[in-house]
Parts: sequence; C-alpha cells; structure tokens
Amino acid sequence: MSDAFTVTGINGYVRSLMDSDDLLRDVWVEGEISNLKRTNSGYVYFTLKDSGAQLRCALFKRIPNAHTLEEGALIQAHGKITLYVDRGDCQLYVDEVRASGGVGQLYEQFEALKRKLDAEGLFDEIRKRPMPAFPKVIGVVTSADAAGFKDVLNVLSRRFPLAQVVLSHTLVQGNDAPPQIVRALEKLVAYGKCDVVLVCRGGGSIEDLWCFNDERVARAISDCPVPVISGVGHETDFTIADFVADLRAPTPSAAAEILTPNITDLQDLIEGARLDLDYLLQSTLEGAKQGLTQAQRTLEMLSPQRTIADMQQRLDTAQERLNAFPSRLISLWRERLASKQDTLEATNPHAVLARGYAIVTRKTDGQAITQPKDAPNGTAITIQLKNGTLFARTEDETTHGNYNRTLF
Amino acid sequence: MATITELSFEEAYAELSKLVNQLEQGANGGAVSLDESLALYERGRALSEHCQKLLDDAELRVSRLNEKNELDPL
Repeated sequence: MSDAFTVTGINGYVRSLMDSDDLLRDVWVEGEISNLKRTNSGYVYFTLKDSGAQLRCALFKRIPNAHTLEEGALIQAHGKITLYVDRGDCQLYVDEVRASGGVGQLYEQFEALKRKLDAEGLFDEIRKRPMPAFPKVIGVVTSADAAGFKDVLNVLSRRFPLAQVVLSHTLVQGNDAPPQIVRALEKLVAYGKCDVVLVCRGGGSIEDLWCFNDERVARAISDCPVPVISGVGHETDFTIADFVADLRAPTPSAAAEILTPNITDLQDLIEGARLDLDYLLQSTLEGAKQGLTQAQRTLEMLSPQRTIADMQQRLDTAQERLNAFPSRLISLWRERLASKQDTLEATNPHAVLARGYAIVTRKTDGQAITQPKDAPNGTAITIQLKNGTLFARTEDETTHGNYNRTLF
Repeated sequence: MATITELSFEEAYAELSKLVNQLEQGANGGAVSLDESLALYERGRALSEHCQKLLDDAELRVSRLNEKNELDPL
C-alpha cells in the first residue's frame, strides 16, 4: 500500500491533469451570473450557473467589457478551467466575456413580448376563430424554397386536392424576414379570396425561427381577417406567432393535415349520404304505399257501394215481408170468414131442421106461419123438414081429434 | 336552385346534407309530399355524383401571388 497523498499533493496532481487537457485550456462556457463580487484591486469574482450546476469564475485581467457583467445576466465566458488548489475548487479563469450568443437576450425579448401581447389579450381563447371545414383557397405565407412549403403541398395533394393554394412568398429567416412576412400576409389579405392562411416554416435553430417572434409579425397575424394557422419549426418550438395564431400546429405538414379533411373521409361521407338517400326514398315510398293502403281501406269502409249493399239488404228484407203479407192477409180473412161462417151456420134455419124442427109456410104466399091465426082452418101449408117437404091443410082441434086416420 | 355543376364541393355537400335531413322528415311522416321527396332524391343523387366527381377529378392547384398581387402558376 502506497503512502497517502497530502491534500496539497493530490490537488496539485489534479491541477496538472486539468492543465494538460486541451479543452479545459481553451473553453467557452455559457451561464447566468450570480454571486458577482468586484474587489478594489479590479478583480471580479462570480459564479456561472444554469438550472443544473454552477462554476466558479475569476476575472483577473482587465477586459473592456468587464463593466457589462451584472447579476443575473446570461453570458458566455472564455478562459481555462483548472483547480484552485487552495480550496480544491474548479475555477474558470476568465479572459474574455461576450453576450450569450444573443440567445439569452432573445429569450428575454421573447418573454417580454409574450407577456405584453398576452396582457393585451392577443392570445385569448375567445379570439380564436375556428378553421373552415372545407377550405377552398388556402393562403400560405412562407418561402417558395422552404422544405416546409413542399411538405404542405404534399399533404394537401394527398388529403384535400380540392383546395387551391396561393403562396405569398417571403423570407422566413434573418432580420429582413419580419417585415417581409408582414407584407406577405397583407398581400394575401388584399388578394381577399383565402378562407384561411397558413403561416409556416420548417425546422431550424431558434435564431432561424426568430422572425416568428417578432411583434410586427404577431400583430399582422392578429389583424388578419381570416383564420390563421401556424406551423413553425419542430414540435417543441413555440413562437409568438403560434400563440397569436387561431390554431397552432407543431409543423407545416401537421398544419396542412389539421386544416383539411381527408379525401377518403369525404368519399365515405358522400357514399354515406347516397346510402341515406336510397334508404330514405325507399322508406318514403314504403310509407306512401302504406298510407295508400290505409286510405283505400278507409275509402272502402266509407264507400257508397257499402251503403248500397246495406240498402239492398234492407230492401230485400222489406220485400220479403211484403211478399209474405198477402198470404198472411188471406189466412187472416180466411180465419175471419170461417168465424163468420160458423156464426152463419149457427143461425141457418136448415140446420135447425136437422135437429127435427120444421118450417111451416103458407102455400099461397110462402109466408112463415108463426101463430095459429096465420093459418085458419083449411089453409094449405107446406112443412119443410130436413129431408123433404110435407104438404098439409090445417084443421081445428076438434076435427083433428075426430079424424084418427090417414088421408091416403 | 343553383345549377349543380357550378357548386363547389362544400356547397354541394351542404345542400346534400340538408336535403337528406328533409327527406328524413318526409320518411318520418313530416310535411314533405311524395313528389317533393322524389324531387329531393333526384337532386340528392345528382349532388352526390357531383361531389364524387369533384373528388375524383380534384388536383391541387398551386399559384403564387406576384408583385401586382395577381396569381402566377407555380
């Protein structure tokens, strides 16, 4: 087992290792300044940090922009990193300082503009207009040469070739881009036939996309009279243009997708409508047919034919009764006649003869003899019996008593 | 009523949907006469064929605004 190092010894060893490293001898480090201390001797000490770590820095040289160093500033510092043996701390010995590649500043600008426009209400949900369901004319603000534009055309050709694309060409990066983008939007507005405007640019560095964080661009988008969809950069990039647009798509092709219905969906839609039509006509006809049948049935029920049949039946019944009437009448009269005949019979004098009575009449005048004085002695009389007639002559009681004999 | 061949896809489809609704009312015993239903159906068929044709024939038209704000083919 070797001897233990002294702290000084091992720190010296680490330092020599670090000093022999090419990268550490000549390195730019970016971070935010904290714990800034200026000494009377003109030295400056500070710590560079980011969200994850910190690094001690010492500025021993007189540099022209040392005064720009301030607490919280995002800078890039150049120098060599080695070990401060006394403390065992890693330290950057700074010999040059610059603003942090613009990015930090840009970020500040971005945040400031975002806050400002947000405060003005430009990002409010209520301002967001819906995209048209079937965009007929799609205005595109981008560069004719941008890969993003070709992506857009590809997607539109595939999904919704019914659309017309109107490109309003502009630079999409660099300092000249913002006024050009504004102008391109204005031209589309003046053209006036677009249903929707797509502002897009393919991916790039944050500096490349910076023109979409320009206030003029933001205001032009917000002033656009038709809905604006943005598709700038990659999925993770958010620009002010994205916030102010009515809809933000992660990429240009995604914007084109979101904007348009898929043609196969449309074909399905049309096919569906056609099937609906067929089915509905079928059921309309079916319904009409049923209605007709029903009406016919009702008609039949209310038909005069039926009334006529009823009347016919009534007539038949009446006729039957009428037909039956004479025979009933005859039998009635027959009965009546029979009863009269009985009565007549009862009073028929001939019927009385049958029971042994006789009718006595005068021969001279046929007068019925009902008392003795109607036939004085010697009157020729006829005596009518049941089965024949006797002829006789009346005589007084005495003579009759004396003559106990027959005439012949 | 507009001539069907002059309608855009959106217009034709909107009318087609409306007409399907009307026909639906008719089929459900609404106040649509049989004659009207037949006419609606005929027009619906024509509209759907027009839509289909628009879809079949569609080719993306791309143009570019020039300095005078006129369209140049691209």
